[in-house]
Amino acid sequence: MTFLDTYVVPTAIIVAQILAIVVPLLVAVAYLTYFERKVIAAMQLRKGPNVVGPFGLLQPFADGVKLLAKETILPSGANKIVFLAAPMLTFILSLIAWAVIPFDAGMVLADINVGVLYLFAISSLGVYGVIMAGWASNSKYAFLGALRSAAQMVSYEVSIGFVIITVLLCVGSLNLSDIVEAQRTVWFAIPLLPMFVIFFVSALAETNRSPFDLPEGESELVAGYFVEYSSMSFALFFLGEYANMILMSGMTAVLFLGGWLPPFDIAPFNWIPGPIWFALKIAFVLFFFLWVRATFPRYRYDQLMRLGWKVFLPLSLLWVVVTAGVLVAFDWVP
Amino acid sequence: MVVQALVFYLFAAVAVASGAMVITSRNPVHSVLFLILAFFNAAGLFVLMGAEFLAMILVVVYVGAVAVLFLFVVMMLDINFVELRQGFIRYLPVGAAIGLVLLAELVLVTGAWTVAPGVPDALTAPVPPVAETTNTHALGGLLYTRYVYLFQAAGLILLIAMIGAIVLTLRSREGVRRQSIEAQNARRPEEVVEVVKVTRGGGV
Amino acid sequence: MASVGFRPKSLLLAELLSGLGLTLKYFFKPKVTINYPYEKGPLSPRFRGEHALRRYPNGEERCIACKLCEAICPAQAITIEAEPRADGSRRTTRYDIDMTKCIYCGFCQEACPVDAIVEGPNFEFATETREELFYNKEKLLANGDRWEVEIAQNLTADAPYR
Repeated sequence: MTFLDTYVVPTAIIVAQILAIVVPLLVAVAYLTYFERKVIAAMQLRKGPNVVGPFGLLQPFADGVKLLAKETILPSGANKIVFLAAPMLTFILSLIAWAVIPFDAGMVLADINVGVLYLFAISSLGVYGVIMAGWASNSKYAFLGALRSAAQMVSYEVSIGFVIITVLLCVGSLNLSDIVEAQRTVWFAIPLLPMFVIFFVSALAETNRSPFDLPEGESELVAGYFVEYSSMSFALFFLGEYANMILMSGMTAVLFLGGWLPPFDIAPFNWIPGPIWFALKIAFVLFFFLWVRATFPRYRYDQLMRLGWKVFLPLSLLWVVVTAGVLVAFDWVP
Repeated sequence: MVVQALVFYLFAAVAVASGAMVITSRNPVHSVLFLILAFFNAAGLFVLMGAEFLAMILVVVYVGAVAVLFLFVVMMLDINFVELRQGFIRYLPVGAAIGLVLLAELVLVTGAWTVAPGVPDALTAPVPPVAETTNTHALGGLLYTRYVYLFQAAGLILLIAMIGAIVLTLRSREGVRRQSIEAQNARRPEEVVEVVKVTRGGGV
Repeated sequence: MASVGFRPKSLLLAELLSGLGLTLKYFFKPKVTINYPYEKGPLSPRFRGEHALRRYPNGEERCIACKLCEAICPAQAITIEAEPRADGSRRTTRYDIDMTKCIYCGFCQEACPVDAIVEGPNFEFATETREELFYNKEKLLANGDRWEVEIAQNLTADAPYR
């Protein structure tokens, strides 16, 4: 009985909570691909998928079944274990970060004190999936893609770090729930607007999205680091990439758009429950991701590095100093 | 508590095993990957000790940045294993001698180790509960007050090291055409485009 | 002066925002996609699609086996064998078009003195095997019977410009 109470029941509860996060997340990933195709199609005056199911709503599942039914190819020169571990790593990393994301007041799997650092650590690990895939494929396209992505992700992580520091300065805590609660009066996107823009652009670079999708630049690298992948191993990369997009949008919502808080704490807005506000904000940021993809051409690699090191790094460093100075000068330090 | 002990032994065993694999695996890339695994398990051990800030910083700094650069360099190495093993016997005595010296030093250090007088008291001093001070606050409070000069000195040393690395690698080459984005942005059509009326048969 | 003027503009991302505005404007515009198997775009009367051999209204096949189409075909996709029929008229015994070779240039219908070989308006004749694309005389005549109305309409529509 005590064994049941101390070990089995808590484990079962945690597993149930994990499933409650992961299953909707995977459905969201599937529909993000559909959403992306629809949004980009609309911006290019096309209709997008509309044949499979009503309005093409079953298209993601058709794609998933197709990928599952395909053959997994192991290139003969590949380093087998690393080759197979890379997509799993990418996928796992994109899921475990959700453990600390608060969906509502107290509605979080692990309310740890260093939530922001945990997110930052997990997102900085994402580069390993890419590097391992690129190296283990034993192909020059994959390797070049992996090298590009490694340099790119490490560069933009620096400015993301500084942006997070400015937010932390305004909150005085590394706990994500505290960060959301601190935005009750005003969302940080307004006082820290330049940081918000830098964070969003860096998030694009961090998730290898257009216009920073050089690691997979299909026009010169075929598909970049996952050229040699097929079937389920490819699908894991794909799912991981899109789950990372949702994660970065979630981070943006938590850090700058007030997480689960309604925009105004008055009657019609605070009837809607917190998780729905959170989902709406994530969807809004995701729409921005796709909007940017439909609008801007891909950066050249040296320009990408220039933007990261010569523009974003000094700007974000300057804003850290300015924010700290303002907080101290007006005695607003939390 | 049983679970914590089990998790501790799991992390510890994996950390030690991957540490051993770092020096025994043939492929240097595998070595780096095992090193990353070792870092991870060390971070896990930190979390078990309640030092979650240190654990996260370990992952961010060592795994997220340092090991990436390591892996970057190691992946680009073109290693010929046959050539690598050729001088093994010849260099064995030298390597063994260095290893012996290191071992002797370690033995001396551990043998002559004395605990500083204040430490036992500090260890038994009551730790404030987690709800009052997170270890982020505790670390910050100590680092920026008592050790602020050492902290600044460490920062300066790192800055100088960085400048040194840049000075060593930066070379200005003659005759390289560089893109000046500001100059490009500053170009205006009215300054650079000339509209010419071309007469028929006359050419420009 | 200009170098000062562009700075606030580029720092405020004015050009990027106007680009985003443009794509957002297109996001709400009516879509131009044609819902293909259910909707089709207009075809010119000169459209060169699948080949067909035509007949006269009384059912007599038009082709007189002059072999001009075989001679002009740049892809050498046409093979014709001919001998006199029982009534003494010259007809083909074999009229094959290798549709995998054909480049749809339309020279055969230009060369034909009796408007027998034509390229009709049909472009949906994909097959599952290669062999099905080696058209023989029966297939071509069947095509002609099937598409005669459309082919005749197209020929009359195009006639004033020839």
